[in-house]
Amino acid sequence: MSETHKDYDASKMGMWLFLFTEILLFGGLFLLYAAYRHRYAAAFHEAGRALDVVLGGANTVVLITSSLFVAMAITALQQGRKVRCQWFLALTILMALVFLVNKYFEWTAKFQHGVYPGSEHLAALPQGQALFYSLYFAMTGLHGIHVLLGASLLGVVMAFVARDKVRRDDYVLLENAGLYWHLVDLVWIYLFPLFYLIS
Amino acid sequence: MLHAHTNTGGHVLGNRFLVGVWAALMACTVLTVAVARVDLGFLNVVAAMAVATVKALLVILFFMHLRFENSLLRWMVFIAFVILGICIGFTFFDLAWRP
Amino acid sequence: MHGNGAADAGFWAPLGRGGLSSWIFSTDHKRIGLLYLALILAMFAAATTIGVVLRLKLMTPGNTLLGPQTYNALFTLHGVIMIFLVVIPSIPASFGNIIMPLQIGANDVSFPRLNLFSWWLYVFGAVLALVSIFTGSGAPDTGWTFYVPFSERTTTNVNVAVLAVFVLGFSSILTGLNFITTIHRLRAPGLTWNRLPLFVWSLYATAWIQVLATPILGITVLLIFAERVLHLGLFDPGRGGDPLLYQHLFWIYSHPAVYIMILPAMGVVSEIIPVFSRKPIFGYKMIAFSSLAIAFAGSLVWAHHMFTSGMSDLAVLVFSFLTFVVAIPSAIKVFNWLSTLYKGSISVEPPLLYTLGFVFMFSVGGLTGLVLGSAGTDIHVHDTYFVVAHFHYVIFGGTGLGLFAALHYWFPKVFGRGYDARRATWAFWLSFAGMNVLYMPMFVMGLQGMPRRYYDYLPQFAPLQLISTIGSWVLVAGLALMFGNLVAGAFHGRRAGANPWGAATLEWTLASPPPHHDFPQTPVVERGPYDFTGVSADE
Repeated sequence: MSETHKDYDASKMGMWLFLFTEILLFGGLFLLYAAYRHRYAAAFHEAGRALDVVLGGANTVVLITSSLFVAMAITALQQGRKVRCQWFLALTILMALVFLVNKYFEWTAKFQHGVYPGSEHLAALPQGQALFYSLYFAMTGLHGIHVLLGASLLGVVMAFVARDKVRRDDYVLLENAGLYWHLVDLVWIYLFPLFYLIS
Repeated sequence: MLHAHTNTGGHVLGNRFLVGVWAALMACTVLTVAVARVDLGFLNVVAAMAVATVKALLVILFFMHLRFENSLLRWMVFIAFVILGICIGFTFFDLAWRP
Repeated sequence: MHGNGAADAGFWAPLGRGGLSSWIFSTDHKRIGLLYLALILAMFAAATTIGVVLRLKLMTPGNTLLGPQTYNALFTLHGVIMIFLVVIPSIPASFGNIIMPLQIGANDVSFPRLNLFSWWLYVFGAVLALVSIFTGSGAPDTGWTFYVPFSERTTTNVNVAVLAVFVLGFSSILTGLNFITTIHRLRAPGLTWNRLPLFVWSLYATAWIQVLATPILGITVLLIFAERVLHLGLFDPGRGGDPLLYQHLFWIYSHPAVYIMILPAMGVVSEIIPVFSRKPIFGYKMIAFSSLAIAFAGSLVWAHHMFTSGMSDLAVLVFSFLTFVVAIPSAIKVFNWLSTLYKGSISVEPPLLYTLGFVFMFSVGGLTGLVLGSAGTDIHVHDTYFVVAHFHYVIFGGTGLGLFAALHYWFPKVFGRGYDARRATWAFWLSFAGMNVLYMPMFVMGLQGMPRRYYDYLPQFAPLQLISTIGSWVLVAGLALMFGNLVAGAFHGRRAGANPWGAATLEWTLASPPPHHDFPQTPVVERGPYDFTGVSADE
């Protein structure tokens, strides 16, 4: 029977190492963005007008607030306030859903205007503008997948808290889920100005 | 109470502190949107990235607790970002000097 | 293991209800390492067979044996299987898993269940790769490098193949993550970083590359998939895209990947040479540091694969210069190994033979790497057989021989039995001779202008192509003899004691094979890993 001695520092280190892989994964797309923005500065500036600063800004507020909530969830559990922790986790997940709903409206509005990967409308645009939109869909799409994954992870942890599998004296799973969630927030912190504040 | 310790030795971030970090993040968001409305040419990108980096540091150091972690973990995070910087930066040896 | 009773069987002894499920669902690092070894060797056999077929086709000029489409698919498969299913996992996933925790006095890795998950990801990736061969329009024909625009347009099964690569990359990442944490957190008392076996140092450096570089491969293959399925057009010149950006992204991973391949093999060499010279390793700190230096410097040189691609002259200059820099820590290792051998009490056993073979093959491959790294000469030899020879010398002559050295060194520990040393020696010389006859002519052909990946060739290359093919047969004979000998040893070899080679690292303090739980008590380390005072071989 393999020993299950819990090494808290190892769990945390392992989680951070995993976060590095996520940073590098998105990093490849940021490299593409940097390259094409450098080459097509004017086209990017022009294409960025089509993005709604209000929606983007709102989503930024939503994600930052969700990070606050998950941090408060951890504090609550550390103080032994289990129900409070669950409420904060629920609020975090709610924020995630708000984000995804916003995204849904944004994207469908784009699709209705013929702006989607591979569309003829995009193909007809001046050089570089189509690249902006392709990067927009690729990066916010990949980010959206991570929002969904993060929210699911938090849901699982919420269930664990309810069943006392995550407790005041053993909450590394909650901390690690929180770290993942903050990473999702971090990526958006860079996506927001790069796509929405470019015009 | 800013920082307390639980009975298992875990470091607790008080709620008021967390809300303070949140407020700083909100302020930065407002700032970056405001600056984006002014045409500073190339500096717009610089400013936007600078503010984003301040926000990122707030999240990493406080929400993600790195300010209070051991130096090994902090070095690891630093190295990861250095590698990312190299990947993007060195590519520009090519991109920025194409004829 | 077989026949001598359960008491001697160590971790091979049945667990619980025994059977296959006690292996494929085991979280024991030793069993997982062996599961990896079994599959890796099977994949090696498959890809080697493809290689033999390729060499058969190329034996004489003309439309021989198989058509051009099949040829393209075969060299793509050969590369994809060898790189992602064999060489990259080869030493870390097998001997890294089995031996590294033992060498640090731990009873397992930090995340045993994650370790098992890594193996299942490997299995899933292998299945996907197989599926890509036998479904749709058949195996990809793009080369293992999947360059755009061809990889976006070919109708072959690129989608499934790149998904396989993604999954395999994830497996590699998780192994690296596990090893970094393990080496930081689970070292036995007294085992300071300065007393760490050099094999562990090499796995540590490798693990960092696995964690930081592989995600870039992940996003790159996802982008190929997205281009094909969603038509993002990010590399489409018609829409302003730049195909060179694909190459940058691809090589940002795939160059560090070659250090994932070579560093563990160098670690094996650093273990074996002191034991078989009965001398502490020369320059321990420099060898440990050089592993980290190679890992770091190796992430600065990727565009030396792109000298002729059309990138800027400045980039050519910078990356060429940095490529010369990364050669330095490798050279330091070679000098230190040779200095260790010098005036040592050498015992020429099979592990040392394979190790010496490594040093020769890696030196040839490494020096020819400088020809490629120097941009001016690279213009002449880029995309020729010179490149093919170079990387087979370093990967096959390097990591391949390193794996075989590890097999012969740790065989008694893992299987509890010995093997026939004479047959192993014959097998080594056959393989070594075969490798050189197979690949050395390729340097010449490359210099004479023979392009790589070509289905056919001009008559002037026929003599060397024929010699090369004959070399492949000699090599395969050597490999068959080697594996046959080891299998025979596993079943009928003489029972091995705990320390048949008289080595000083911790794995040799355990019985052969080690028990399920590794160390009954946590060892306390008071000596360096190459301090042989008071240590002697069994018998």
